[in-house]
Amino acid sequence: MNATIDSAPIAQDSSVDDMQIWWQAQRFLHYEADLLDHREFDNWLALLDENITYRMPLTRNVRRDALAQEYSGKHDAAWFDEGIDTLRQRVAQIKTGIHWAEEPASRVSHLVTNIRVLDVVPDEDGGEQVHVRSRFLIYQNRLQAEVNLFVGKREDVLRRRDGRWTILSREIHLDQNVLLSKALTIFF
Amino acid sequence: MGHKSIDELVRAEEGLVSRSIFVDDEIFQQELQQVFSRAWLFVGHESLVPKPDDYFVSRMGTESVILTRDRQGQIQVMLNSCAHRGMKLCRYDHGNNRTFTCPYHGWSFSTDGKLVEKPGELVGVPGHATHYKGELDKKQWGLKTVAQVVNYKGAIWATWDADAPPFLDYLGNMRLYLDAALDNRDGSSGGSEVIGGVQKWRVKCNWKFAPENFIGDLYHDISHRSVDIVGIGPGGGKGRRDPSATRSAICFPELGHGLLGRLPFYEEGPYAPQYARYPEVEAYFRQVHEQRERTLGSAMRVQTSVGTIFPNMSFHGRQPRTLAVFHPISATEMEMWRMYLVDKDAPEAVKEAARHYFLRYSGPGGMTESDDMENWTGATEASMGAVSRELYFNYQMGVGHAQPVPEIPGCAVNGEYTEENARIYYRRWAQFMNGLSWDQLMAGSVRVEERAA
Repeated sequence: MNATIDSAPIAQDSSVDDMQIWWQAQRFLHYEADLLDHREFDNWLALLDENITYRMPLTRNVRRDALAQEYSGKHDAAWFDEGIDTLRQRVAQIKTGIHWAEEPASRVSHLVTNIRVLDVVPDEDGGEQVHVRSRFLIYQNRLQAEVNLFVGKREDVLRRRDGRWTILSREIHLDQNVLLSKALTIFF
Repeated sequence: MGHKSIDELVRAEEGLVSRSIFVDDEIFQQELQQVFSRAWLFVGHESLVPKPDDYFVSRMGTESVILTRDRQGQIQVMLNSCAHRGMKLCRYDHGNNRTFTCPYHGWSFSTDGKLVEKPGELVGVPGHATHYKGELDKKQWGLKTVAQVVNYKGAIWATWDADAPPFLDYLGNMRLYLDAALDNRDGSSGGSEVIGGVQKWRVKCNWKFAPENFIGDLYHDISHRSVDIVGIGPGGGKGRRDPSATRSAICFPELGHGLLGRLPFYEEGPYAPQYARYPEVEAYFRQVHEQRERTLGSAMRVQTSVGTIFPNMSFHGRQPRTLAVFHPISATEMEMWRMYLVDKDAPEAVKEAARHYFLRYSGPGGMTESDDMENWTGATEASMGAVSRELYFNYQMGVGHAQPVPEIPGCAVNGEYTEENARIYYRRWAQFMNGLSWDQLMAGSVRVEERAA
């Protein structure tokens, strides 16, 4: 998808009016967050398209007239730039029980809000691609007193086909320049 | 720093290092003086500032510095602090500027050799003719610039100390192992570039844990077992790295640098396929392997897995191929930076495969590195107490078993598993902290002449 958070215009009437699509998209994102917060990672993986792109670019301080460079580009370094294989590997690593950055397990709560459906386009396979923008606030608590707060914006392309929803792409824009936590071992 | 002398804190010959050097605020302040204001420090890579007037804001110790390429094409490094009232001049991570103008009172500074005699000189002061009556001596009030700066195969190094020895003396024969990371995979000199974007993140650990980890702590691999089990190797196979020959812990005892890698060898043997899933990548690595054999012939060569240049720069020399720097923030916090290196002339598909591999391996989201930071923060936290900070860490593995490496003057090998590399690193740290002169610090320095490229 070409639309990105920094370039897409925001108009009051730009979101899709279809209440049913909006309701389903919201319900899906809330369900997904619930799976992650309850550590049902296999069920979460089942929501991902085989061709998923999952990327969290770096956020940079740049001049106001160079804001197009605020986020690192598609072929630049990033915090994450993943496909289905590495997302599965991450889940497998957590399950080894010796991935010490997630052992003992983090306590995580995803708050997903400000959900807007920007666009619905027909899919080649007879379904639809639903372009959704949202905000997240993720609380991570580890061990005794370790707390990380991740806040930012997400831009997803969700596929809807035969009543089933999956995630085709997710771009995560973290509202942080220097990352203030030592590791990123949770899913966004 | 309590009441112990530096020599009591670091008893390198016995393999004992006091925990207090990892948690003590007074020792930290002393480090900023004795280590970070004197040593050669890594400040970036030339590919971060490709064009004239490009700049990249870096750090040296706890200080913000501007790395810029002036209009004459020279790399300059200046303190990012206005000479007038100290305001941070440059508040962006990178950009392109001809002059740097302070937002506080409007003093402006330039590196353009056509406008100024010295890089960073003051060029404009609001009210110079009227309020200052033309009496301010602009030449006296330029930006503080580093005493020496070097572009070594694209890696930029600087020191605040005019008396510091030339960088290549400071590096000594560690140069061979740094070259193995910076040189083109086809064996020609230099030619690497940084993939766009520098990862920067805060870790609540003392900055020394990281360079110690990279200088030669092979036996901590046990903490990466989870990623070895899962397998994230570059070819999509088992393990997490490309296959490598037996690695040795190699160090430069007089200089404080060290690495895990291969001893000198003279012939590489046949290419071992490892990127079966990516034919274009496989073809490239086969081709550069064959080219390297032709370029180097039977000349001596080395290979680096990971290494550290004293005090706070480390690198991966093969795949993944990265540069890392550990900036001190306080006794118990550092800011870690990572840059990812590729051959500038490699095909896009090779750069992309490398980038994906580097990102799943290293950095805070890396499946390997995330567990390293867990170790370093845990060790820092558990050394803060009044009781724990009085204890020593144990670095006694393999004391007294170092052997010289005949082909490389000043170099010693310690087998595969040893704590010798950490011992020589902390001994170097103690020498700096004791305020030894450069003559004393460099007394044992030797280096081979650079091979004609």
